[in-house]
Amino acid sequence: MSEAATTTTMPGPDADAAAPAAAAPAARRGASARSIASYLQAAPLALILFVFLLIPIVTIVVVSFWDYDFARIIPDFVLTNYREALGSSVTWRTYLNTLRYAAIVWALTAVIGFTVAYFLAFYIRSATMQMVLFLICTVPFLTSNIIRMISWIPFLGRNGLLNSALIHIGIVDEPLEFLLFSDFAVILAMVHLYTLFMVAPVFNTLMRIDRSVVEAARDAGASGWQTLWNVIIPLAKPGIAIGSIFVVTLVMGDFITVRFMSGGQSASVGLMMANQISLLQYPAAAANAVILLITVLIIVAAIIRLVDIRKEL
Amino acid sequence: MTIGKKKGLSRRAMLKGTAAAAGLAAGSGAITGFPTIWAQSNITLRQFGTGVSNLNAIAERCKEDLGITLEMTALDSDATAQRTVTQPNSYDIADIEYWICKKVFPAGVLQPMDTNKIKYFDKIVPLFITGKLTPDSVIAQGTAPHTVGFVEGQESTTFAKEPTQWMTLIPTIYNADTLGIRPDLVGREIKNWKDILDPAFKGKTSILNIPSIGIMDAAMICESAGIITYGDKGNMTKEEIDTTIDFLIKTKKDGQFRAFWKTFDESVNLMASGEVVIQSMWSPAVAAVRSKGVPCVYQPLEEGYRSWGGGLGIAKHLSGAQLDAAYEYINWYLSGWVGAYLNRQGYYSAVLDTAKENMTPNEWGFWMEGKPAEEDIVSPEGKVMEKAGAVRDGGSFYDRMGHVACWNAVMDEDRYMVSKWNEFIAS
Repeated sequence: MSEAATTTTMPGPDADAAAPAAAAPAARRGASARSIASYLQAAPLALILFVFLLIPIVTIVVVSFWDYDFARIIPDFVLTNYREALGSSVTWRTYLNTLRYAAIVWALTAVIGFTVAYFLAFYIRSATMQMVLFLICTVPFLTSNIIRMISWIPFLGRNGLLNSALIHIGIVDEPLEFLLFSDFAVILAMVHLYTLFMVAPVFNTLMRIDRSVVEAARDAGASGWQTLWNVIIPLAKPGIAIGSIFVVTLVMGDFITVRFMSGGQSASVGLMMANQISLLQYPAAAANAVILLITVLIIVAAIIRLVDIRKEL
Repeated sequence: MTIGKKKGLSRRAMLKGTAAAAGLAAGSGAITGFPTIWAQSNITLRQFGTGVSNLNAIAERCKEDLGITLEMTALDSDATAQRTVTQPNSYDIADIEYWICKKVFPAGVLQPMDTNKIKYFDKIVPLFITGKLTPDSVIAQGTAPHTVGFVEGQESTTFAKEPTQWMTLIPTIYNADTLGIRPDLVGREIKNWKDILDPAFKGKTSILNIPSIGIMDAAMICESAGIITYGDKGNMTKEEIDTTIDFLIKTKKDGQFRAFWKTFDESVNLMASGEVVIQSMWSPAVAAVRSKGVPCVYQPLEEGYRSWGGGLGIAKHLSGAQLDAAYEYINWYLSGWVGAYLNRQGYYSAVLDTAKENMTPNEWGFWMEGKPAEEDIVSPEGKVMEKAGAVRDGGSFYDRMGHVACWNAVMDEDRYMVSKWNEFIAS
């Protein structure tokens, strides 16, 4: 799902390369040589994106129109995969459930991520300490995200650490069942897994805010909240938007967290596709992938429309 | 393109054939009869299938005894079914379950085996020949192995109603599945499949989320609870599927299930951690829970077991020396060492007499006769599985395999069932 994020940054190098070429009033030969050079510079990335992004996506789109039986996929042009996917109430419920996860996880990661980034950027004075603390945030990411997720299971279980502790200190009499294999568990694990994707870009934009702007706000008589609301958050919007794109695309495409943390009791779009693939219904899974891709692209387009990401980059 | 492929293949097969013949000639002077040593040639058989019987120990022993190199690949059931049909040249031996056989054999990718060349054919458990363990057994529902065990002729892909000379799969491994329970936590006697619905176990039960098998466990539960009586649990009508799934959805909404598991280790963890106290389980998972020191019983139930079985099939493209090697391998498979190995893991092997010769009387008594172990029971890897005095859950081979209610199956309404199953999981 990260392709959405990569495509938005793609114009970057091209625009940068074009600007100096146009600005230089040097001899034509020099300019054309330079423009060839810039094409060459962009070529490796373009090639990689073509081979590893464009071709697979085109393949998925093509396969989504194919027919299949239990063992074969048959090259064809049929709309049944889309008709079955869009005509089934299961699909709609699954999409709604996935969107619900995305919305809740986005809201939580945005609040937590912004708070952490704000603390790092404005309360920690020394740059060294900032980097040290930021790196500490990334330490859990040195392990696989599946390990980080699964470690919640013995912690939250009926006889897990948390329930034992709560019973031991007398807060509850019976173990809390909702802690594991529930929506709560899924959202908790997702927030845990994805908050850093919000912290990093927000921290980055906060660090770029000119401190004199904050001073000016205070001199003009703004309270702490007013400064935060009217000055810092508007300036941090590009970072929040980039973080949101990460979080939303990750949650929309997730299947393993939903499967493990809900104990197979909830469905997500990714899980639905994984089920179809395990039953070798590749064209149906491809059709779902295309629908998901379009959905996510619409969400990303909406985010980009609301916030000019490139303004602050 | 296909012609070119075929040409290349037959040429390669011929080269291998001549090499093997040379090896055979060199070896035959010293050794007569079984087993032929293939070490001088470099015969390799590519076997693939579900993980249960793809054991490295078997490949090593096969190399030692026969000189045949076995290249094993393990896949899940659905991928196995697909590969059997779509890439018939990518394997020599297919290790598949009987319900997969029902799906794939009609595609003509496997060749039936001549029973005259199967040395121990007469000793194969009759369950796989006539469907009856003892002459007065009742044949279970579902894809019973004998119904897809034979075809009408060497070139036929039509399953025969009676045993013929042409066998589709040589049975390797089979077992009877039931519910696993935590005897220390259920606090009552468990006698029927419907006991999983007891309100006392609300939020403490699980069934497996593999549609083709999960639907069978669900059917056993529904029938036991008196929700519905099936014509054939292994081949439900659309109405029967609807009733079953609607009942499952209602049960799920009521919060009866804690989780649905998909992999072996998930089922072990659910049980060992006490998240569930009664659930669908596989026999080695019960052993794994016990090996953690947690009590777990593979509870025999009144309605009977849900059974499954697998076997070896030979790819259509095998011929000449490779085909001979495949027969040699299959005869070796049935000759006792492998059977004993599988029996010691809690599965059953196809030819019991030869396996018995390779097991100690204590092992045989425990695993096959339901007798208390006289001394500790040790797994093939050397780990103590049961202490002296223990009795196998469900008892003897005849007690367990004689009470099969239903075999794993593939339904005519398979696709409809899967879509309904997905609805259940998403609900």
